[in-house]
Amino acid sequence: MQISLTINGTDVTREIEPRVLLVHFIRDDLRLTGTHWGCDTSNCGTCVVLMDGQPVKSCTVLAAMADGHTITTVEGLADGATLDPVQQGFMEEHGLQCGFCTPGMMLTARALLDHNPHPEPLEIREAISGQICRCTGYATIVRSIQWAAEHPLVAAVDTTEDEEVRA
Amino acid sequence: MTILEDRPSNPAAGDHDRPIGHGRMQRKEDPRFVRGKGHYVDDIVLPGMLHGAILRAPVAHARLVSIDTTAALAHPGVHAVITGSDLQALGLAWAPTLSMDVQAVLVTDKVRFQGQEVAFVVADDRYAARDALELIQVEYDVLPPVVDARKAMDPGAPVIRDDLEGRTDNHIFDWEAGDKAETDAVFASADVVVKQEIVYPRVHPAPMETCGAVADFDAVDGRLTLYETTQAPHAHRTLFAMVSGIPEHKIRVVSPDIGGGFGNKVGIYPGYILAVVGSIVTGKPVKWVEDRSENLMSTSFARDYIMQGEIAATKDGKILALRTNVLADHGAFNATAQPTKYPAGFFHIFTGSYDLQAAHCTVTGVYTNKAPGGVAYACSFRVTEAVYLVERMVDILARKLDMDPAELRLKNFIKKEQFPYANKTGWEYDSGDYEPTMRLSMKMAGYDELRREQKEKRERGELMGIGISFFTETVGAGPRKDMDILGLGMADGAELRIHPTGKAVVRISVQSQGQGHETTFAQIVAEEIGIPPEDIDVVHGDTDQTPFGLGTYGSRSTPVSGAAVALVARKVREKARFIAAAMLETRPEDLKWEKGRWFVKGDPSVGKTMAEIAMGAHGTVALPEGIDGNLDAEVTYDPPNLTFPFGAYICVVDVDPGTGHVKVRRFIAVDDCGTRINPMIIEGQIHGGLTDGVGMALMEIIEFDDEGNCLGGSFMDYLIPTAMEVPDWETGFTVTPSPHHPIGAKGVGESATVGSPPAVVNAVVDALAPFGVVHMDMPCTPSRVWEAMQGRTRPPV
Amino acid sequence: MQIPAPFDYVRASSVENALALLDRHGPESRVVAGGHSLLPMMKLRLARPDWLIDINDLFELDYLLIDRVLVDQHVLRIGAMTRHTTLLESDDVQRLFPIVTDAERVIADPIVRNRGTIGGSLCQADPAEDLSTVCHVLEAVAVVRGPAGERMLSMAEFHRGPYETAVAQNELLIEVRVPIRERSGSAYEKVERRVGDWAVAAAGASVSLASDGTIGQVAVGLTAVGLDRNVTEVEAVLVGQAPTEELFTEAGRLASIACDPLTDQRGPVDYKRHLADELTRRVLRAACRRAAASVSEITI
Repeated sequence: MQISLTINGTDVTREIEPRVLLVHFIRDDLRLTGTHWGCDTSNCGTCVVLMDGQPVKSCTVLAAMADGHTITTVEGLADGATLDPVQQGFMEEHGLQCGFCTPGMMLTARALLDHNPHPEPLEIREAISGQICRCTGYATIVRSIQWAAEHPLVAAVDTTEDEEVRA
Repeated sequence: MTILEDRPSNPAAGDHDRPIGHGRMQRKEDPRFVRGKGHYVDDIVLPGMLHGAILRAPVAHARLVSIDTTAALAHPGVHAVITGSDLQALGLAWAPTLSMDVQAVLVTDKVRFQGQEVAFVVADDRYAARDALELIQVEYDVLPPVVDARKAMDPGAPVIRDDLEGRTDNHIFDWEAGDKAETDAVFASADVVVKQEIVYPRVHPAPMETCGAVADFDAVDGRLTLYETTQAPHAHRTLFAMVSGIPEHKIRVVSPDIGGGFGNKVGIYPGYILAVVGSIVTGKPVKWVEDRSENLMSTSFARDYIMQGEIAATKDGKILALRTNVLADHGAFNATAQPTKYPAGFFHIFTGSYDLQAAHCTVTGVYTNKAPGGVAYACSFRVTEAVYLVERMVDILARKLDMDPAELRLKNFIKKEQFPYANKTGWEYDSGDYEPTMRLSMKMAGYDELRREQKEKRERGELMGIGISFFTETVGAGPRKDMDILGLGMADGAELRIHPTGKAVVRISVQSQGQGHETTFAQIVAEEIGIPPEDIDVVHGDTDQTPFGLGTYGSRSTPVSGAAVALVARKVREKARFIAAAMLETRPEDLKWEKGRWFVKGDPSVGKTMAEIAMGAHGTVALPEGIDGNLDAEVTYDPPNLTFPFGAYICVVDVDPGTGHVKVRRFIAVDDCGTRINPMIIEGQIHGGLTDGVGMALMEIIEFDDEGNCLGGSFMDYLIPTAMEVPDWETGFTVTPSPHHPIGAKGVGESATVGSPPAVVNAVVDALAPFGVVHMDMPCTPSRVWEAMQGRTRPPV
Repeated sequence: MQIPAPFDYVRASSVENALALLDRHGPESRVVAGGHSLLPMMKLRLARPDWLIDINDLFELDYLLIDRVLVDQHVLRIGAMTRHTTLLESDDVQRLFPIVTDAERVIADPIVRNRGTIGGSLCQADPAEDLSTVCHVLEAVAVVRGPAGERMLSMAEFHRGPYETAVAQNELLIEVRVPIRERSGSAYEKVERRVGDWAVAAAGASVSLASDGTIGQVAVGLTAVGLDRNVTEVEAVLVGQAPTEELFTEAGRLASIACDPLTDQRGPVDYKRHLADELTRRVLRAACRRAAASVSEITI
């Protein structure tokens, strides 16, 4: 069957078998290997991507089910050379070690901050509670997301407008 | 010795730390990881690559009657189906384990654990490979399994390893350490003796990335390139040469980014070998990556020790002696990864942090119909089990004596002036100063206040527990006179090259699985030669690119490879001195070093930086006799002793009296790992280990039913803590450098995994004291805690 | 990695279209909504449908609205495709049926809740599934549509046992209706081995207080302890009585007798019976407290 979807801002159309899992479509068909998989049973959250802005576990979504939808993977987080504050936060606060769960964690963090720009630590812990990290013990991930909350990207045009308003 | 402070970063204030040497700095590997540009084994795609999948045994013990692969071979996407008899013809059906046993690559005669490898399919893609597995028809003659290690040596127990000639039982080894007669004598005259059976159940390292390989055999020049999830690429290359008959110089093992290891990726699994066979048979690259159930059911587990502990003391709380008999379940093949002379690893460090008069332990290893392994999951070669035993026994003694467990520990610590300390089972502890570390943890916890709070809560019927663990690790294996794996000495090499423009590359034999080697090792070099870490590339994970060494496990990277890197940097620095002297037309002994530069004593304005010296070395400067034209060096480091990091942990739990649910409220960890290279990375290592400890103490277990079916074969049943089960860690540190390590560093990778489980269990048992509970085994799940409250503590196995 | 066996896929465009597709493809077709129960089963090849009918485009079934069904009876109508996250975040749900919010907070994890639907949960009918108990306790009505039109089923009729419902192969659960009661309160509590795990045991209760403060109406349900109906035994004991600790203790005792749990990795039988007792007391306590605190008027 044929599916068309938008991934990281690019429209793609591909012929696939109906049973292809979204995670395999992303990794094997589109060669975006930043999305990992870790458990098969939708427990670990390593495969999290954003579907229409919401985190989903791509090992438990068929590629066919994503037809017509918008997908964001870790490769779509940065805007060219400008990192998403979440990516910056993970580097600043040592929110990663082996890097395997990191893409999924960062995408959940991005969705959380879009929804709730100033989350409490417990809200952050709840948001990532469907994802397992074996390396960090989570505290630094929480700090990384807090760092991102404290350092939002402010688009240049917004700053100008603010100044104009103030003036 | 300079003590480096942990400095919380404050990038908002422009505080981007850029230490030239030790100190907090962001990791050099992170930019690729946060962009999704890490490069893991499953990300590798080679031209024409095929995919392998393994058919696994559904039962624990069965004679293989027949395999019919006809239908699978007829599948249009299938290139090959390999069975045990195919491997037998190639002489590859059995492979040596890391403990001098053999392990079946594919079953030829008998299935010995559920999930064992039976056949290997090679197909166009993973979907076709998976489909073809269903088309293989296998007939089994099911046999009674040995599931309970306690029954493995019963007369008449089924003999699991009838493949071994003359084998009539399931016994693997007996091993002992310490002086039995001396220990028995101390016990006989002691005021107080306390006994307890303590079970450390089977757990699994379960890194987020499962194990996998891509094998690429070039038949024309007989060269094998093997991309593997391995913590020990060089050791694997040697073993592959031994197993496959491919000459070692024709094998290149590449370990790219590794998604966590924790010991799981030390061993050589049948899947790796099958990928190689698949590539040889089909003439194409073959990828094999296991799924999570395969990882949990068939790869190296950890622990599975049934320990009978006994502790002897005077009535006023002087601990005199410790003894234990251990029954070790090694599964169907003895495949634990440990130094040859130590079949129970370093378990005989079970005397812990205490000054004892005597100690003795015996360990008996047995086969059972379970997955092989035994040393994995950040255990420092069984120090985990040892620390758990002694720290539980000390708490049980404290209860018996009605003493505060902190006070009892303080009273019995090895004193600072006793180091180097020879314990009663053959170790020489390099350095230690335990009391300040213990006191700092108590201060951070507000220990006395916690005890007051607990007293008040008990009066209200609330269950609060405070658990202490004081551990001494033994890591950095190890001296070649004592330690080898399959005859390979446990040394590590390092090569350092300074390029003409003063940028450097250091090549190391150890393999990061997230520990941040690319940063830490650059910092070690930077500290020694004064080139910024950003200008030093760390190359690892490729046997063609790096010197030989035994890899990363047992917290050995910093103690062994870190020493090699420091020494190679010093060698380069010394060489630079001669070249600088030539450039400055003075004598080497007239030069003085400051970080990054040799200058003339008495005239600091005259000197040469490392970059200038590097250009000089590669340029036209007339070099002194015996100095060749580069600024390179290499060393292989043979550690004179192990290192002995230590720490004091305090855990505070609240137990719901109605449901038995345990909540870890606080966890205070004070670690002493000697010299601290990058405090941020150290803290991260500790956080991760503490989470492991909470996981093992509260929820992680690989259980089996009576038929030998694995009950922990997915993340639905093998539970790992999420962010909701762990607190915001409170960490502190003291610094007691190792006297024999070039920079005084001791290693920290496994300290917290080793040290934290007893703190959590001690806290749970402390919370349950009003119910008369003296001990309960892990995992402290709600049901098991409730049963303990009913007076029904039971071992998990 | 685990991979499903081959199947054909079709996306339904409307309820009528979904019913037509079910009719056309027959017994070997399965409906998929969130997919977090079905797809893992398919990956293990324990489920092997020939056709998968994706109903995620049935936005017409994604709604929460308060409606009047009789002169004096208001209901909350929950479309079958309403995601767990929507239920969890709804202020109306929290205000009217805190038991739903309590339960949603402990169903799987936030990311699974983004996909999972109430219809999918009820139709899966897993004995450890939380919303089935909640719907039993709230005396919800399942609206099922098929070729012959709509049927209204009580939860007792709908839920036939573990993994079994009254929804025929050619039918679709389209809505869950929950009656709104005045002076009522409800609560759910679950014991789990870890966040996101299935229940070791759980209990839910719904209480309406009479004007004199006694218990007017009550329902108690249990999850994962072998009882796929409400604990009707407690009703006679509770109704007409003032809510007291003694009364809750008796209700807990009856609940522990009524259930029929099995020993498994989550615990032995007596522990689960104990939890039935303990959790029944807790949810009754919370439900009565909430009922007493609830403002009697309901903004429609």
